[in-house]
Amino acid sequence: MDKKITVTIDGQEVSADPGQTILEAARNQGIYIPTLCHYSRTTNVGACRVCVVEVENARSYVASCCAPITPGMVIRTNTPAIRAAQRMIVELMWSSGDHNCLTCEQNGACELQDLVYRLQIDKPRFPIEHPAYGPDSTNTMITRDLNKCILCGRCVRACNEIQVNEVLDFANRGSYAKVGPAFDADYIDSACVFCGECAQVCPTGAITFKQAKFAGRPWELAKTRTTCAYCGVGCQIDLYTKDNKIVKVMGNREYGQPNEGSLCVKGRFGMDFISHPDRLTKPLIRRRKGEDFQEAAWDEAYAFIAERLAAVKKEYGPDSIAGLSSARCTNEENYLFQKFLRGAIGTNNVDHCARL
Amino acid sequence: MTNSFADYAKAKMIILVGTNITEAHPVASTFVKDAALAGARLIVIDPRRTDMVDFAEMHVPLKVGSDVALINGVMNVLIEENLYDKKYVDSCTEGFEDLKKKVMEYPPERAAEISGIPADAIRELARKMASVKPAMLMYTLGITEHICGVNNVMSCANLQMLLGNVGVECGGVNPQRGQNNVQGACDMGALPNVFPGYQPVANADARAKFAKAWNVKSLPDKPGMMMPTMMKNLTTGKVKGFYVFGENLANTEPDIKHVEHELQSAEFLVCQDIFPTETTRFAHVILPAAAWSENDGTFASSERRVNRVRTASVPPGDAKPNWWIFKELAKRFGHEWASASAQEIWDNEVSVLAPSMAGIKYARLENDGLQWPCPGAEHPGTPTLHKGGKFTRGLGMLKAIDYIPPAEVPDPEYPFVLSTGRRLYHYHTRTQTGRSAGINDLLGEETADISAADAQAKGISDGEKISVKSRRGEVVVKARVTKEIPPGLVWMAFHFREACANWLTNPVYDPVTQTAEYKACAVRIDKLR
Repeated sequence: MDKKITVTIDGQEVSADPGQTILEAARNQGIYIPTLCHYSRTTNVGACRVCVVEVENARSYVASCCAPITPGMVIRTNTPAIRAAQRMIVELMWSSGDHNCLTCEQNGACELQDLVYRLQIDKPRFPIEHPAYGPDSTNTMITRDLNKCILCGRCVRACNEIQVNEVLDFANRGSYAKVGPAFDADYIDSACVFCGECAQVCPTGAITFKQAKFAGRPWELAKTRTTCAYCGVGCQIDLYTKDNKIVKVMGNREYGQPNEGSLCVKGRFGMDFISHPDRLTKPLIRRRKGEDFQEAAWDEAYAFIAERLAAVKKEYGPDSIAGLSSARCTNEENYLFQKFLRGAIGTNNVDHCARL
Repeated sequence: MTNSFADYAKAKMIILVGTNITEAHPVASTFVKDAALAGARLIVIDPRRTDMVDFAEMHVPLKVGSDVALINGVMNVLIEENLYDKKYVDSCTEGFEDLKKKVMEYPPERAAEISGIPADAIRELARKMASVKPAMLMYTLGITEHICGVNNVMSCANLQMLLGNVGVECGGVNPQRGQNNVQGACDMGALPNVFPGYQPVANADARAKFAKAWNVKSLPDKPGMMMPTMMKNLTTGKVKGFYVFGENLANTEPDIKHVEHELQSAEFLVCQDIFPTETTRFAHVILPAAAWSENDGTFASSERRVNRVRTASVPPGDAKPNWWIFKELAKRFGHEWASASAQEIWDNEVSVLAPSMAGIKYARLENDGLQWPCPGAEHPGTPTLHKGGKFTRGLGMLKAIDYIPPAEVPDPEYPFVLSTGRRLYHYHTRTQTGRSAGINDLLGEETADISAADAQAKGISDGEKISVKSRRGEVVVKARVTKEIPPGLVWMAFHFREACANWLTNPVYDPVTQTAEYKACAVRIDKLR
């Protein structure tokens, strides 16, 4: 390990690793610096400038997310001048977009809204002029309202650097700049694979999950960490639920292995089945082949199974019974299934679908 | 997996064999792409030009089922040109002389004839593999779903041991599991020959231990039937009662017509599921189960990591958690099981009975889980198996292996190879993804993927409905003309009941594991008249 570097942040002497940015060194000390475009696992681009700080002897304010510390650096993060600069930046963002929180799905979970509040801005000093883009909501999963886009580029970097799907990028210049797939296509007509990473990382309401709209405010949703139900990677996910319904599925950068907060299309959008009306809700029995199924109470179903399996076991022996377990279900349930066949029935005829 | 997903992004060289990782394990693929962007060298060995080829320095489009010949050819070059890790082979493995003798029968020219990969490309491949250390090998069902699946797996292990790549971080042999808890179902002894923790049922001590824990007089000592044998014996009458827990065999098994005949033959069939499926049609009893988000428990992922599953919603109607159903049913057979929650089942039974998981308790699983082997309360878990080339059995076993062709190869009547698998947007038989609105918009029906050359020769255009026919059945399906597919190959998935690949697939199996040859059978394709 290289030697530590000492810098001064807001009057505190801070020891940090060479190569760390001012932002990292400050955050390690619990010193708050606002950010919007900064996002873990992606390149620091310094696009939004809200992380500016004063550095002694620097020509101008420095974007702390991009600037590496150097020995003896003297940094100030919360001077009146810095706060004024940050307010100006946020006011410019506010005034160039349609940030109407009344109808925004991100209300309460919006990083721009949080920053406006934190920097105590009543209203922007500039007239609000947003570009009046039409919405992209041609698909059932992701809604884009680029009038709420602050051009921070998180979605572009998440798409290119985290998921490496290489679908999103910036197009046009200056006040015409926008993010999106090639040829300004809607997502559904592009090479997008709907991992939803762009919506997960968007700090505002520009890219949101369509099925979550009107399904619950952020503060009404319960969050449960669990393991994804699809492939064998074992991604750690957060289920957001309200009224016994899964409203949305999110990755979480705070969690580590194996997915470091990323999800794929199935983990993100494949959970509707839980509350689908086709779910089986009652035991069903048919006593003779060809008959229709009849709804039954659990006791009746257990008794019927026990009676039939016991009869088979008595007449043909335990090895005339076999069970197929489920690689879709938990360890505990698989354990009990084999325990049932081995311990209660007396056969090793237990297997599962490991072969596909 | 011998190694961990955490290794992917850090790897120096990655060899993907028979794995379409961007579709079957999308999040894992992002880390492979990260590695490639950071300069890692990537080799893709697959008959199809999968998306990952865009990131690779070499694509090896071998003929379906020729893996053993190709790998033997590569090992021939490694030995002939003295490129293998002699020190590792001498100190960590045994069987080298037998392996050498066998691979000497596979000079690159012979391997080329079988695999369709030119001899010089095989030499180049071998030299590339030997040029970076360590290299990480990942495979999926392209390796296992053959009548020679076990041989294919052992060939991958041979190669990685010969290169000295097993037992190190960013190395190893890494089968990525296709389902959320295949690893766990194996770990829990949902297999006919082992108790939880891979303790053989044939071992008297193991039987005595489990009999005592389960409060039974004795336990059966003879390994049971594997699934294909169970199914076959539904028709012979050897199996009378069949309990299917959370599986849709009527779509997932090869040769659907025959599978349905087998299910129809069951004297008594219990299905426990969350939805009515093609399989529950044959049941005598259907039990409604709580689904994934309605239940506590754990899954074990491909990297042997035990992760928590947590309750986020309540089951509909009278649906009950699976563990509750099994416990109640056991009661009807006179067995009172004490454990009354997923945590009690794990903490008081599984981790007590399976030594490799003795150190895994719910209290330790709150965050990022633990990777077994984890034998003690203080043990941090095991990200890399066989560390330092010290294998579980002592020395790593190099095995001499011969190539055998698929059971059914093209002929004038059925001139194409059909290979099957998964697509990105769906999962298995769509009992879950088929009920997710957005996902159905992304992929609403099956296609038969064919090459442009074959499409042209047959006068088939992209999107046109065609007939795909094998000796087992026929489906009418949309053609998808794509550069992913080499001439002579047809590729389909098993997600949709209509045009499910398993109407066509061949019910022949690896003799050891009874894994079906989903990856190779002979078909014909025809324009509809």
